Amino acid sequence: MTAISIRNVKKRYGKADIIHGVDLEIQAGEFIVILGPSGCGKSTLLRMIAGLEEITAGEIAIEDRVVNQLEPRERGCAMVFQNYALYPHMTVAGNIGYALKVAGMAKPQREERVLKVAQSVGLEALLARRPGELSGGQRQRVAMARAMVREPKVFLFDEPFSNLDAKLRVAMRGEVRRLHRQLGVTSIFVTHDQTEAMTLADRLVIMNGGHVEQVGKPAEIYNRPVSRFVADFIGSPAMNLLEGEFDAEGHFVHGQGGRIAVSSLNGHRVPGRKIVLGIRPEAVKRTIGPQIGTIPGIVDYVEELGGSRLIHAEVNGNRLVALDTDTEELSSGTPVHFTFDDALHAFSIEDGKRIDIHPA
Amino acid sequence: MERRAHYRNRVLPWLLIAPQLILVLVFFYWPTSQALYWAFTLEQAWGGGNEWVGFDNFMGVFGDGRYWSTVGRSAVYAAAATGISMGIALVLALFVDRGLKGTKIFQSVFIWPYALAAPVVGVAFRFIFSPQAGMIGSLNRIWPGIWDPATNGLHALIMVIISHAWLSIGYNFVFFLAALQMIPRSIAEAGAMDGARPARRMLDLQLPLIAPTTFFLLIMNIISTFTDSFGLIDTMTEGGPIGSTEVMVYKIYYDGFKSLDYSGAAAQSIVLMLIVITLTFVQFKWVERRIHYT
Repeated sequence: MTAISIRNVKKRYGKADIIHGVDLEIQAGEFIVILGPSGCGKSTLLRMIAGLEEITAGEIAIEDRVVNQLEPRERGCAMVFQNYALYPHMTVAGNIGYALKVAGMAKPQREERVLKVAQSVGLEALLARRPGELSGGQRQRVAMARAMVREPKVFLFDEPFSNLDAKLRVAMRGEVRRLHRQLGVTSIFVTHDQTEAMTLADRLVIMNGGHVEQVGKPAEIYNRPVSRFVADFIGSPAMNLLEGEFDAEGHFVHGQGGRIAVSSLNGHRVPGRKIVLGIRPEAVKRTIGPQIGTIPGIVDYVEELGGSRLIHAEVNGNRLVALDTDTEELSSGTPVHFTFDDALHAFSIEDGKRIDIHPA
Repeated sequence: MERRAHYRNRVLPWLLIAPQLILVLVFFYWPTSQALYWAFTLEQAWGGGNEWVGFDNFMGVFGDGRYWSTVGRSAVYAAAATGISMGIALVLALFVDRGLKGTKIFQSVFIWPYALAAPVVGVAFRFIFSPQAGMIGSLNRIWPGIWDPATNGLHALIMVIISHAWLSIGYNFVFFLAALQMIPRSIAEAGAMDGARPARRMLDLQLPLIAPTTFFLLIMNIISTFTDSFGLIDTMTEGGPIGSTEVMVYKIYYDGFKSLDYSGAAAQSIVLMLIVITLTFVQFKWVERRIHYT
């Protein structure tokens, strides 16, 4: 069943176009993460679903009811804000129970429900405190409990973990995942943190400059980015993207005459054809000494990651990053040789669209 | 870490604070000491210096029924002028804060009245509330006597209170608006998501969050009705008709400078001063303990 339909939705502030026509169908119970760089319009889209921003054009329907003209309270959404937006003058219980109080629920039932929700996020001991007396993680829990208590049709999360430290973020991520499994409520989560996005999402929506670039399962997006932007944006460290063209022998020539033998991309290896070749750092392997088809390079610097390391090397005037698990000492200026798995990505140099590397 | 500058020169610090010190000494401590002197002494009937009378002047003031009716009138004046002014200022600030069209213009327009001196406003409102002219004049022609501040004491008091309230709306508006704009936008949005309509959000979220400002304004307004009302009353009614707009500060002026009862007026000054000091003290205590929201 479709929980939320977004049809050609646009947002304009004065003369500035923020969102240029977004289409998205969200199934009931799905956990959708909207990911994009800052200013891409992801928060604006979320706020339009919530009813906090007007919709300039297009339609948003929640459970088949067009909500464009409805007030936030009539849409059945609950939201967790970036800065939590707790009511500072109310206790934790008051914060959680405010929506029920506004709805006119009698006090005994209200208290019972507040207690139940508080228990589910481990806040039952803090009900009498005020937000000012809580830690960041506890405030985050209050914000979530406040959203849960109304038993909404949709949960909206607007970068809720951006004020938490790294460790707490991981813990809250698990908590959100657990709550979603338990409650099964359709959720939309906006973030600019790709690890958060990859680990939480059933489906991921990548936005850029007011457009949706790609929608898909996290693995799908990682394995088959539809554009140069997505390829560059998803994955850490970022994908190596080399611009170049094919020579008469069908080799890919980049930078200052670097030649790379490519076995895929049949039918595209036309002499003179320019493309962008994408190679994930984890697909690049270091070989011992030069071999046939290896790419020679010079180590620029090495980033230690603990269990592995990133080799930043110069290859014919271009930068190539390789994920390496070896421990051999590599200093700046050392010559190295790379080879790579044939899990290649290729993009059009003109519009950045993906070129199918295994055409039928 | 100690955050203060030390001066080697012993004279320089005194010179630096001298302007402020002189102002306070000349315009506060000296008059106050004079008032204290007069309040506890009485000039002899045929001259020959003042004689110490202890609390006799105060007893005289407190034993006077007319004084107590002035105190009552001052209380009514304070409550009504403060209530009207703060109420209207709050409503205006709430509207401006909601970002309706022309917010920027209203922001300035509402502040202007505060720049006017009380006597100017007094004269202007005398014309506005004049029973013979303008809109009120035509009302009086339809229902004779419906508005006549020159002979009806209640009308006169209402007129002065409205003028006072109008004068201080700008001041209250600026503080209310600043306080409202300090509240993060997301709090109102969270309220909207929780189902509260604008009026409900105002009562449950905005008003409690601006409570410290409201309290500060309450004290400032009450003090202002005790002290600043003089300019208005003197230009509009001179305390009349038959003392019906005579508040404490006006009675001090009248008893002292018109009836030449320096000692009685001085005693009343001391009482008024104690009231204002108490209010100020309460204000400071509150500010110290004021709740800081994060």
